[in-house]
Amino acid sequence: MIERIGRRAAAAVRAAGRFGHFLGDLARAVPDVATWGRPTIVQMRRIGVDSLPVALFISAFTGIVLALQASYTFTGTVPLYIVGTVVGKTMMLELGPVLTGLALSGRVGASLAAELGTMKVTEQVDALETLAYDPHAYLVLPRVFAGTVMVPLVVALGIGTGILTGWLTSLGLLDLSTAEFVKGLKLLYRFKDTWFGLAKSASFGLIITLVGCRLGLGTRGGAEGVGRSTTRAVVYSAMLILVLDAFWAVVLL
Amino acid sequence: MIQFRDLRKAFDERTVLDGFTLDVVDGETMVIIGFSGAGKSVALKHVVGLLHPDAGDVIVDGRPVSTLDRAALTTLRRDIGYVFQFAALFDSLTVADNVALGLRRRGLADEEVDRRVAEALALVDLTGTDAQFPAELSGGMRKRVGIARAIALKPRYILYDEPTTGLDPVTSAVMDRLMVRTREHLGVTGLVVTHDMRSAYTVGDRIAMLYEGRVRQVGTVAEIQATGDPVVRQFIEGRPE
Repeated sequence: MIERIGRRAAAAVRAAGRFGHFLGDLARAVPDVATWGRPTIVQMRRIGVDSLPVALFISAFTGIVLALQASYTFTGTVPLYIVGTVVGKTMMLELGPVLTGLALSGRVGASLAAELGTMKVTEQVDALETLAYDPHAYLVLPRVFAGTVMVPLVVALGIGTGILTGWLTSLGLLDLSTAEFVKGLKLLYRFKDTWFGLAKSASFGLIITLVGCRLGLGTRGGAEGVGRSTTRAVVYSAMLILVLDAFWAVVLL
Repeated sequence: MIQFRDLRKAFDERTVLDGFTLDVVDGETMVIIGFSGAGKSVALKHVVGLLHPDAGDVIVDGRPVSTLDRAALTTLRRDIGYVFQFAALFDSLTVADNVALGLRRRGLADEEVDRRVAEALALVDLTGTDAQFPAELSGGMRKRVGIARAIALKPRYILYDEPTTGLDPVTSAVMDRLMVRTREHLGVTGLVVTHDMRSAYTVGDRIAMLYEGRVRQVGTVAEIQATGDPVVRQFIEGRPE
């Protein structure tokens, strides 16, 4: 038992060391703009634009459910225009960033781990090195920069979509006027609501891409190894998103 | 000149290289033979710093590879072309872009890149495949693109990792001819890892047998063919006992 705990602790320390080394390699690759500049544009489309359908789909239905649940909770006790407050606040502060982050940990994190893992086990990463490319500059930095920049933009559009569907639901199903919904939306709104959600989303984008790339490049053992890295990327990034979510709430709110 | 000096490498508990020492002189093609899992590819990867030795080193033109920093390693790699066992082409790039990737890294003008890509593809008899993707090519064609990618860089050394593995006899013979042609055209020093004896006899000036982590015997093709060493004999004759 003690031996097993010791082994696991040693493995965790080794993993932390490898991750630290990975971050060091990334920092060293940053000045190599000529290598990571152009691929970053491609990754911004793949990570950002291509993620829009799933993110907007989730946000749209979240907005509908939020409006209906708020109405159900408030009827007879709280003025109904508070539905606008709940939809706006919740989409901006929590559900927009977190639900989108979790969805992208599956879509983007898994895709990065599988792509880089396959490149690793088929020696494409080694081939890059022999061609005098730094894989951290050519493969990792473009994905990390793209994730950090594009996830907040995707979340912003998701928040907008959620509020839009919440408003449409209020109009169509709750007998709430536009003026009442907007009154609720403005009530208690602070600019911090906006930047907090977007800053949090940037940290989610960073962690999803870092974890996906690290696990992809650390893949060993053929197709089975790629599958293992992919699963871990989703699980680890989802867990880290929730931890980060709590962290930012403690630190910034 | 490539010098393996008392190279030692283990993965977990398994020792793969255990004092591997060998000299590859300029202009020759050295073939390293050995049983599957003997550590041939591991030795090759040490030459370009893809693996770090536990002890010993590989010295390329006087530069001990394991001591080089990233910049020096990048400079060293510009002198070496590496042909991977399964070609290791980039799936998302066309044949031409695969061959051009290393050239672009060197900052060559687009016209020069195009010229050298065409030249390299012509040398491996793949003219006209520029716009195809690796998934559209046969195994033999992929390996030839791998050779084109290496020779386009006009390296001083080319390392071939199992160039004929998985190919039919005719395609293997084509690969052998390409390796010989590459040396004749470019005058490069070659280091070939294989367990295909027909290929070893065709392309090699000298052959070294790697056995239990070190060189069992090294000699010319004729010397290896006439060897009295029972382990080497068993391997080159392909006898199970």
